[in-house]
This record gives sequence, C-alpha cells and structure tokens, in this order.
Amino acid sequence: MPRALWTHLVKDLRIEWRSLDALISMLFFSGLVVVLFSIAFDPRGEFAQRIAGGVLCVATMFASVSALNQSWAREIRHQVLDAQRMAPSPGAELFFAKVLANFLFVTIVQVVLAPFFFVFYNLHIAGQAWLLALVLPLGTWALVSNGIFFAALSIRTRNRELLLSLILFPIFIPALLAMVQATTAILTGESDPNLWIKLLFGYDIIFTTVSLLLFDFVFHAE
Amino acid sequence: MKKTAFGLFAAITVLLMIWGFYQAIYVAPVDAMQGEVYRIIFYHVPSASVAFLFFALNLIGSIWFLTAHYVRWEQGLLGGVSFPAPLGFVMRTRWKLGAWMLGSGREQAADALAVASAEVGVVFCTIVLLTGPLWARRAWGIWWTWDARLTTTLVLWLIYVSYLLLRRFAAGPQMQTLAAVLGIFGALDVPIVYMSNRWWRTQHPAPVFGGDSDAGMDPAMVHPFLWNMLAWLVWGLLILVLRYFVERKSQKYAAQQAQEALNA
Repeated sequence: MPRALWTHLVKDLRIEWRSLDALISMLFFSGLVVVLFSIAFDPRGEFAQRIAGGVLCVATMFASVSALNQSWAREIRHQVLDAQRMAPSPGAELFFAKVLANFLFVTIVQVVLAPFFFVFYNLHIAGQAWLLALVLPLGTWALVSNGIFFAALSIRTRNRELLLSLILFPIFIPALLAMVQATTAILTGESDPNLWIKLLFGYDIIFTTVSLLLFDFVFHAE
Repeated sequence: MKKTAFGLFAAITVLLMIWGFYQAIYVAPVDAMQGEVYRIIFYHVPSASVAFLFFALNLIGSIWFLTAHYVRWEQGLLGGVSFPAPLGFVMRTRWKLGAWMLGSGREQAADALAVASAEVGVVFCTIVLLTGPLWARRAWGIWWTWDARLTTTLVLWLIYVSYLLLRRFAAGPQMQTLAAVLGIFGALDVPIVYMSNRWWRTQHPAPVFGGDSDAGMDPAMVHPFLWNMLAWLVWGLLILVLRYFVERKSQKYAAQQAQEALNA
C-alpha cells in the first residue's frame, strides 16, 4: 500500500476513533430517518417488506452526507488543505484514503442499524440473505466514492453543505435504484437481484476510476 | 458584417419557425389513432433532440477545457526535462496541441460553450418535460410514469440543473474547472441511468423512426416533422450563439475588472 495513502487513512481513522463525531451523528440521524419513515408510512406485513430496502438505502444516503462534508471540512481548519495541496504526494491517494475511511464508517452504521431495522419493520429475508453482504457494500462504495469526490468539489464553494447533496444525489440515482431494487429483491425473494448487482459493480468501477483520474483537477483547481 | 450575418440568420430562423408551425398545425393530417394531440410530437421530439445535442456540446466544452488545463500543467512540470527522442517528440506534440487548445482565448471559449449549451439545453429539456405529460395525459391517461426515457430525461435535467447551481455557487477561475469535472461526470451518468431504467420498466412508445417494421410515420406527417426538426434546431443554435457571446463578453469584462483591480 502506498505510504501517503496509509498515512492519510490512519490519520482519518485516529481522528474518528478519538472523537466518534461522524459515527455518532450518522447513527442517530439514520435511526431518526428509519423512525420517521415508520411513522409516516405505517409499515406492516407485506408493505414493510417492500419498502424496507428503499428506506435503508435512503437513510444511509442522507446520513452519510454530513460525514462526507465533515471529512473535508475538518481539513480546512489551520489551512491543512492548502498544506496537502503543496505536499508532493498524489491527490488521488488522499482521495482514496478518505473513501476507505468513510466506507468503513458507513458500513459500521449499516451493521449497527440493521438489527433495529429488522425489529421495527418486522422483516424476514425471503431471498438469499448472503447477497445483502454484496449489495450493501457495493452501494455504499458508490455513495462514498462519489460523495467524497463531490464533497471535495463543493468544499470550494459558497453553500458547500447544501451543494454536496444537490450535486451528489442526481448522479447517485442509478446506483440508488440498483441498490434499492437489489435489496428489495432479496428481502421479498420475488425477483432476481443479479442484474442490479452487476449494475452496481459497473457503476462502482466506472465512477471510482473517473474520480481517481479527475481528482487532481478538483484538488488543485484555482 | 458580423451583425448583418447574424441578423440574417435570426430572420431565417423566425421564418423557419413560422413555416414549421404552419406545417405542424395546418398541413400535417390528423392522426387516425390519437387525433389532434399527436401534434405535440412536432415540438416534443425536436426539443429532446436539441437538448441532447447541447448536453453533448457541454461535454465537448468540458473535455476541451480540462485537456487544455492538463497539458499546461504537464508542461509546467516537465517542460525543462529532456526526454529521449521518441518520447520527447510525443511530449512536444502534446504541448503544441495544448498550446493550440489554450491559445487566443480558446480555453475560455470552451468554457463559454459549456455554460451556454448547459443553460440552453436545460431550457429545451424543460420543454420536453412539460410537453411529454401533456401528451401522456391524453394518450396514456396519466401525466407521468417512471419509465426509462422519462426518468432518464428527468435525471438529465436534474444533473444539468445541479451543474448550473455549481456554477452559481462557486466563484472565479476554479469554478470553471469544477464545472468541467462535473460536466464529465454528468455525461457519464446518462447512459447508466438509461440502462438501469430500461431494466426497470419501459412504457414510452418505441422509437417512431428506425424502430420496428410497423413503426414509422405517415409520409404526409414526415415533411412537417422534418421542417420542425430543422426549425427548432436552428432556433436552438440561435439562442446558443447569443448566450455564448454574452458569456464571452462577461468573461472579458471579469478579466478586465481583475486587471484594473491589480493596477489600482
């Protein structure tokens, strides 16, 4: 593993370990979204089974936005970001380290949230449960890698917190659709999620590659 | 001279628009199945074509801008290094290309093309999204459905509105780079959105042209249709050119202001 990437990754993990800012806010927020959805839609029986996948994905999506913003916002203090731009290490490594760290955070949130989810929505998995271990990480990767990229992009603007959602969500729509469809297919066991998993794979590969290639433009834009 | 040519172009456009309207409303016969409402196709399909064409222009402008930037950056980094013969030739060719892409304001022109085409494209895309439901309410009995082409167009609209928002919220030259990057991301997303929605569900009528053997248009409708395609394309280009020159002016004004602030 390249050294700069490792350094950035360890630093981000250490900051999170000491403060737990992102994890706690994401957990509480996504928990809130789950509760709010249950109150708004009164999920019971078949219906709960049908909307659960969508609620889980949307809850993760909304919750992760704050963490993604924070991930760059904390680099602004004391001009850390400027220092990193001057450092002779490729920006792509910094980007990738942040993606890895936040991928881990969001995954932890999902793992912790899942049991509550099953309890609140009275879920049972009718399809192949192990496929969830493929779908959720793939969808989360799509969310986090695009999210970190666009957070780096919108951190340079006015209205940065809002702008991230405005840019990220439209681009994320196909991945969200695939994630929701695959999760619902697994939960209800009515259709085959394979096509959607393939789409997620393709989306991840395409957008991660392009993000790595274009990150230096965003990072050094002036 | 330039102004006369442009005025002539505008006059021809207006005449074409009038001719297209006459063809669409009075010449084209009533559809046997759909009645009068089918005439929306004379506005819906040309607007969609123009919107897609302009989003493609936005991609070209964005790539142009970033390529020029990249080559300049590379030359700044490696310009002093002496490469062995074949590689040196490749590098020098790249830098020459970059210098040409940057030269005499072409880089700024590419950015102006990107913003103009995104803005005008969004307007045409809005027309598509407005005329579509009007027709669907009559033909399908519903205003909207989450079908492949409808959803793709809506997502496309959302992406380019977010592109315009980014341009509004960011400032200075860095905004141009950020917008170019987002332009490339947005264009990449379009085919994926389309494929994903096609797997999801499709209700939009199959292509009228180049579709199945029983698809196609009555010859009496084809001519009005083509006239309207031409009229709306020319009209779109007219607006695009106007918007492009406005953007070039404001770029020059901003550069002049910056220079004056430096001199003061």
